[in-house]
Amino acid sequence: MTALPHGTSPAAAAAAAAADEDDALLTLDDVVKHFPIRRGIVIKSEVGQVRAVDGVSLTVRRGETLGLVGETGCGKSTLARCMTRLYPLTSGRITFDGHDISRLSPRAMRPYRRQMQMIFQDPYGSLNPHRRIGSIIGDPFAIHGVADGPERKRKVQELMELVGLNPEHFNRFPSDFSGGQRQRIGVARALALRPKLIVCDEPVSALDVSIQAQIINLLQTLQSELGLTYVFIAHDLSVVEHVSDRVAVMYLGKVVEIAERAALYSTPRHPYTAALLSAASVADPDRAAVRQRIVLHGDVPSPIDPPSGCRFHPRCPKAQEICGRVQPDLVPVLADPPKHVTACHFPMADGEKLGPAPAEPADAHPPGIGMR
Amino acid sequence: MLRFLIRRTLTGLLVIWLISVVVFAIFFIAPPNVAFLLLGKFQASNQQLVEQVTAQLGLNKPIPVQYWNFLVRLLHGNLGYSYYSHEAVTTLIGRALPVTASLAIGAAIIWVVSGVLIGVLSATHPRSIRDRLATLFALTGLSFPTFVLGLILLFFLFYKLHLAGIDWFPGSGYVPLTQDPWQWFLHLILPWITLAVASMAVYVRLARGQMLEVLGDDYIRTARAKGLSETRVTFRHALRAALVPIVTQFGIDVATLLGGAIVTEQVFGLNGLGALSVSSVVNQDEPVIIAIVLLAAVFVVIANILVDILYAVLDPRVRLE
Amino acid sequence: MCGAFILFLVLVAVFADPLSHLIGWGPTQQDRATGTTADGLPVGPGRIHLLGADQLGRDVLVRLIYGARVSLVVGVSAAIAAVLIGVIIGLCAGFLGPAVDSVLARLMDVVLAFPFLLFAIALVTVVGPSELLEIAVIAFFSWAAVGRIVRGQTLAIREREYVEAARSLGAGNLRIMVVDVLPNLIAPVLVYVTLLIPISIVFEATLSFLGVGIIPPTPSWGNMLDDAQQGGLYQVAWWFLTFPAAALVLTTLAFNLLGDSVRDALDPRTERLFAK
Repeated sequence: MTALPHGTSPAAAAAAAAADEDDALLTLDDVVKHFPIRRGIVIKSEVGQVRAVDGVSLTVRRGETLGLVGETGCGKSTLARCMTRLYPLTSGRITFDGHDISRLSPRAMRPYRRQMQMIFQDPYGSLNPHRRIGSIIGDPFAIHGVADGPERKRKVQELMELVGLNPEHFNRFPSDFSGGQRQRIGVARALALRPKLIVCDEPVSALDVSIQAQIINLLQTLQSELGLTYVFIAHDLSVVEHVSDRVAVMYLGKVVEIAERAALYSTPRHPYTAALLSAASVADPDRAAVRQRIVLHGDVPSPIDPPSGCRFHPRCPKAQEICGRVQPDLVPVLADPPKHVTACHFPMADGEKLGPAPAEPADAHPPGIGMR
Repeated sequence: MLRFLIRRTLTGLLVIWLISVVVFAIFFIAPPNVAFLLLGKFQASNQQLVEQVTAQLGLNKPIPVQYWNFLVRLLHGNLGYSYYSHEAVTTLIGRALPVTASLAIGAAIIWVVSGVLIGVLSATHPRSIRDRLATLFALTGLSFPTFVLGLILLFFLFYKLHLAGIDWFPGSGYVPLTQDPWQWFLHLILPWITLAVASMAVYVRLARGQMLEVLGDDYIRTARAKGLSETRVTFRHALRAALVPIVTQFGIDVATLLGGAIVTEQVFGLNGLGALSVSSVVNQDEPVIIAIVLLAAVFVVIANILVDILYAVLDPRVRLE
Repeated sequence: MCGAFILFLVLVAVFADPLSHLIGWGPTQQDRATGTTADGLPVGPGRIHLLGADQLGRDVLVRLIYGARVSLVVGVSAAIAAVLIGVIIGLCAGFLGPAVDSVLARLMDVVLAFPFLLFAIALVTVVGPSELLEIAVIAFFSWAAVGRIVRGQTLAIREREYVEAARSLGAGNLRIMVVDVLPNLIAPVLVYVTLLIPISIVFEATLSFLGVGIIPPTPSWGNMLDDAQQGGLYQVAWWFLTFPAAALVLTTLAFNLLGDSVRDALDPRTERLFAK
């Protein structure tokens, strides 16, 4: 972790970052986001919290793509909105490019917004249907007062060309475009101010499979051309495998495993990662034939009242008594290199097959892991 | 449910309190010459007497103290005395309330029942002559200001009939229900129609539109497929779903009832709350005005709570929270 | 057709002066000689007074023409003012978060729970009647209904992903409200304006009828009807009731029809809350 002590000057921080061979662009340090549940007649009192993100630490390096996977409701979208400071943090620290941005006011955040952008999941919902796409893509210029009039129009048309849209379509409305084209508009808008970091929140989940490949290829081309850094959120493991350099796996508001892509896919250490991988669709028929599916029993527990200890233990085939008591640290296990960290008391050995899940009637059909 | 009632009652009290402050503030900005009103022209020149009266009413105290005293009296059910007629405000209101209540309740029954009925009947036969007539009626009724309708009804059904020697409808006045129910009814029928038509038109349109939408739903087709009679499908299944926006509209209309009553009472010479409020405004009779405004606000707040409860009854998905 | 009628009305109101000149009577000119009979009753429609005269011998047609001016000026400006206030307050209530919302929503509750006709009468007796005050009073009691609807729509729009996208680009509240939320409100707002105009015209006529609107020598349809009602005058002079009443009803009818077609054209599913 490259968490910087408070009070370091930007220059010193930059020097420290440069000295770090990993060259961190974005560092999260024990980031927590709880949504209060309030009830009351006149004076509302807090009766509980949804612990959407509950202590996440990770680093995004310059120029890499960090994949973030997990089931629906595990907190990955909330984490994305914490990274870009769309949500205020409950606690924890976010360092972007050497600056602590975790407590900045919306006004003080503005210069950083130019450097970090988001691409949203829903290409229909994320574009205002009442505005022309020229003005939507030009928004970042207008908001930050960068370019005006004909210059803005020229820049917008350049962007449209860059993402593969016809610049002549400047004056059309979002409803005139298909889902894939709309997502290109979203990409163009995110690229407008040449940000350093783009957080992609399930950018292809709402698209047809054939279109998904186009958008992913576009994102990869842009990354190599413009030197971008991505955080790429998805629940589709094969998409994440395709785009990511490193992958972080989330479960119920916590990161359970982070590793280089190859290491994570070949030797998953956390039983949850293994279960996810076994449930993913495999395009290669040979691999599909030999794999063994691990079906997890039970539903994902509620983030309002998460299980004690390791949050996965009620559903984990390998769980033992300690798992319900002690929360495991995110550390290298079983002689893994420092880049591969896992939060598990009983990590999986190389080539280990995950046994059946804990006692449940065999003929029951509990919901498995819902991977599309 | 209880939680809901408590919260709504509290916010309702807040609204009523805010209104009392606003009304009080208006009279603070432009205070009437109370001593003059109370003492009459001759005694008002007697400075000593004026000061005595002012002190008696507490009008020489600072405004917040006056407001506080007013609140304390209000909580004891004491609304003060009219500056004009020297009667207790509760007496004045007690005399006027039955008139306005008869007028408002009767009119509300007419407009809701006939409005919804006409709307439903026109929705069951869309684009028929019946439907077109209902739509025409709704648009015309909507465009008739209350007082214009009242004057026209008076002209034809009272004056013209009177000239023809037929005295079915009295032109003005009120007879208490307890005294003579038939005369009570005769005296109120024209005012009821006057007050009801504009609102009725709204309900015709609302009921028609809602019914048309609901009648196209799948569960209505299912009900028909089960072999239920058309009447039962229309009134038991469809109307229930169509009632929710109608109930909303009723909550809004209650707020405008006093306004309608003012105009109607003016046209038909009824001595209800509307007439009382107009005369007390003209006479700058502050205690009476404040009492009527507060009464109307209480009425609106209670009606809105009832409307919300009615929602939950009509639509099981609504939870009172 | 309703459009043609409204256009006609606007033209009449604009050219009231030359028209009255053409007819030959001023709006407050009393024709004691030929306008009233020997026993003081107004004369009916005829050669001298096309639509008859009133109890002071004033020409009903000319007064109707000037009344159209009052109705349109008060009705249209009150409706526009009410919608402007309603949109601004509703937008702020819906967009600026729960604290602002609870204050503004309560404010709207207060205005909606107010017996507004009574309040209008009280205010006018205290301050003294004037056209401007009348517009202000009508606008003040009409904006809350618009505000409530705009607030509801804003609350829904606020949760859209494109608002979040604008935030992530660094847009401030004001910019998001103007650029991203407001365009979504244009259709309903247009509908409300056209529906509020007839309501405001009726409101104006009612105030004038009750003697707290337009100050008497100046003609308005409302105070003409008040004159007609005084002492049961309409019973002997039907033209005195019929023509202003017809003008008022036809005007509101025309605006209601216009409002309906605007609504159908823009958004067939707009909630109808302003039907009176």
